[in-house]
Amino acid sequence: MYRIVRKEALRPTVTLYEIEAPLVAKKAQPGQFIILRVDENGERIPITINDYDRSKGTVTIIVQTVGATTEKLRHLNEGDFLQDFVGPLGKATETEGKKKVCVVGGGVGCAIAYPVLKKFHDCGAEVHAVIGFKNKDLVILEDEFRKSSSVLKVCTDDGSYGQKGVVTEALKELIDAGNQYDEVFAIGPMVMMKFVSKTTEPYGIPTTVSMSPIMIDGTGMCGGCRLSVGGEMKFACVDGPDFDGHKVDWDLAVKRNQMYRDFEAHKYEETCNLFKKEAE
Amino acid sequence: MANMSLKKNPMPSQDPNVRNKNFDEVALGYTEEMAIDEAQRCLNCKNPKCVNGCPVNVHIPEFIAKVAEGKFDEAYGVITSTNSLPAICGRVCPQENQCEGQCIRGIKGESVGIGRLERFVADYHNAHGHQGGAPAVPESNGHKVAVVGSGPAGLTCAGDLARKGYDVTVFEALHQVGGVLVYGIPEFRLPKAIVAKEVARLEHFGVKIMTDTVVGRTITVDELMDEMGFEAVFIGSGAGLPMFMNIPGVNYKGVLSANEFLTRINLMKAYLPDSDTPLIHPKKVAVVGGGNVAMDAARCAKRLGAEVYIVYRRGMEELPARHEEVEHAEEEGIIFKTLCNPVEVLADENDDVKGIRCIKMELGEPDASGRRRPIEVPGSEFDVDVDCVIMALGTSPNPLIKSTTKGLEINKKGGIVVNEDGLTSRENVYAGGDAVTGAATVILAMGAGKTAAKAIDEALSKK
Repeated sequence: MYRIVRKEALRPTVTLYEIEAPLVAKKAQPGQFIILRVDENGERIPITINDYDRSKGTVTIIVQTVGATTEKLRHLNEGDFLQDFVGPLGKATETEGKKKVCVVGGGVGCAIAYPVLKKFHDCGAEVHAVIGFKNKDLVILEDEFRKSSSVLKVCTDDGSYGQKGVVTEALKELIDAGNQYDEVFAIGPMVMMKFVSKTTEPYGIPTTVSMSPIMIDGTGMCGGCRLSVGGEMKFACVDGPDFDGHKVDWDLAVKRNQMYRDFEAHKYEETCNLFKKEAE
Repeated sequence: MANMSLKKNPMPSQDPNVRNKNFDEVALGYTEEMAIDEAQRCLNCKNPKCVNGCPVNVHIPEFIAKVAEGKFDEAYGVITSTNSLPAICGRVCPQENQCEGQCIRGIKGESVGIGRLERFVADYHNAHGHQGGAPAVPESNGHKVAVVGSGPAGLTCAGDLARKGYDVTVFEALHQVGGVLVYGIPEFRLPKAIVAKEVARLEHFGVKIMTDTVVGRTITVDELMDEMGFEAVFIGSGAGLPMFMNIPGVNYKGVLSANEFLTRINLMKAYLPDSDTPLIHPKKVAVVGGGNVAMDAARCAKRLGAEVYIVYRRGMEELPARHEEVEHAEEEGIIFKTLCNPVEVLADENDDVKGIRCIKMELGEPDASGRRRPIEVPGSEFDVDVDCVIMALGTSPNPLIKSTTKGLEINKKGGIVVNEDGLTSRENVYAGGDAVTGAATVILAMGAGKTAAKAIDEALSKK
């Protein structure tokens, strides 16, 4: 069992949890993920690590409420326990030896983009960042991003905050302004990562994406997280989660992630109704 | 006087048309009368060949003699002196190729039902408890051993060492203990309550278990030895990544590995309504492969209400699955499409699987494995209408430990290289089971765990 030592609602549907997991904290690196189960009947869900404190023995994750499990998680409080918390899984992001990079985060993906950005910064790279959200109410971690980047562009789809429009436009502006990036690193919804990759491809800028496919064990056993990368089968849990964005078969990845959509929607509704009933 | 009946006492089982709709255990087990009657078929050979056929050398005639006398608890003592997991072996061992395959009674008639008797003895013990209280816990000898993986190899190694007084900790990556016994083998073949009981027995002997710990990620083998004070490590991390066919359409929605399908059902209990883990409930399924895992996947799919085909490139005779599993699958209504091989998975405009294109095969000359090689019959392609394809083609060893353990020698197929004692190229690091051999059986993994335990004991007791 793993204790929630801190819970903070960053936005109505975006919550930060700091979890006591000393062994995971000791090993965690930016770009890696954990798998958690909320309770005995819970599913195993992969969530990328936002931060870690080795001396405190804690790992921080930022979670958007999107389904049954994240809804259950939202109802837990400080002092409560998670059934399982396994990690760190996957390979760490390679951040060494880059002179200038641009980190692109979309929505709650920014929670993951942040530690990577910080690491690039700590490794001595000049870091630019583009972060995008649906609207002003969903903007997270802006101050943190600002601290570790020399240029930050915040975009919202509806223009309610920062620059109106999608992250790819802002990224293209930066590239066209003459910024020579050694690498672009993108984390967010799959569609966003796909279009970031499409944006950088004509410029020949190496682009790394952090994939979040369907997963069960996360240790290289079930094969559910397989992707087609450069025509080869890859497993996100052991070969990734970072891949060359120019080589990922995006259409396939997007479709495979929808495999259980109906079940997930149904289970989410069922869980919400259950909590509503309890509240009454 | 021995019971000279040529036939084994049949195993009472659930009716095929009832059991193919539930996940309860198929075989119900012998009654005391049946067990005694069956035990009397054993000739108590002076030179018992059955024992040689057993990878963990159970003293078979001895335990059977105790059963014949109705001394079931003593029989249990005989079995567990060499076998840590009798209730499991009695259910999932391929006895026909091992102990029973060597039985003299099998020359003329059927062999003694050794597996069924072993199961009876273990179940009797589990139901009635140990006469004279719990077995004594051995005194600690102060040596610490780490076991990686809680499948059959790891549990056997841990059990054997704990009984000798070693301080054993088992590290398990998943949230539940048992490895393939819980994520792979279905409830109807091996109830999970039985695995839990066997594990509880090991804990009684002092074995500590840490779940949610991925060796190679959370902790490395070197840290276990250098920082945590373990003097020896046994790696029983099991098979790894599932293999898929290299054919068009293999990534469509509705194509999954048997590992994934079985893990959702067995480990995550996704067939029960209160599980949060999603599961597809297909109407028609093609399971590709002919081993025990293919049978398990097929029979699970049947229980979810699907029409199920086994697609296998060789013939019925060549199926690598246990005969009993094939028979059970046939009884339950699984349709065997043998001598045919998939060439493409077909899907609709949403990438949802709608069929599988197969080609007919015929058998040619024997290949390196000694089995007749399947050859495609040109122009014989045909489509099978299915909405789900499950690939049960075996696995390749997990890369996590080899990539994080310096100096650990690996063979071409990715298996860990060991000597006859299970010792790897690293001092005091042993390995066994699927991590060494690639996908094999529970009992072979147990045999490897046992061999390594003996070698670890010999190495550490000299210290």
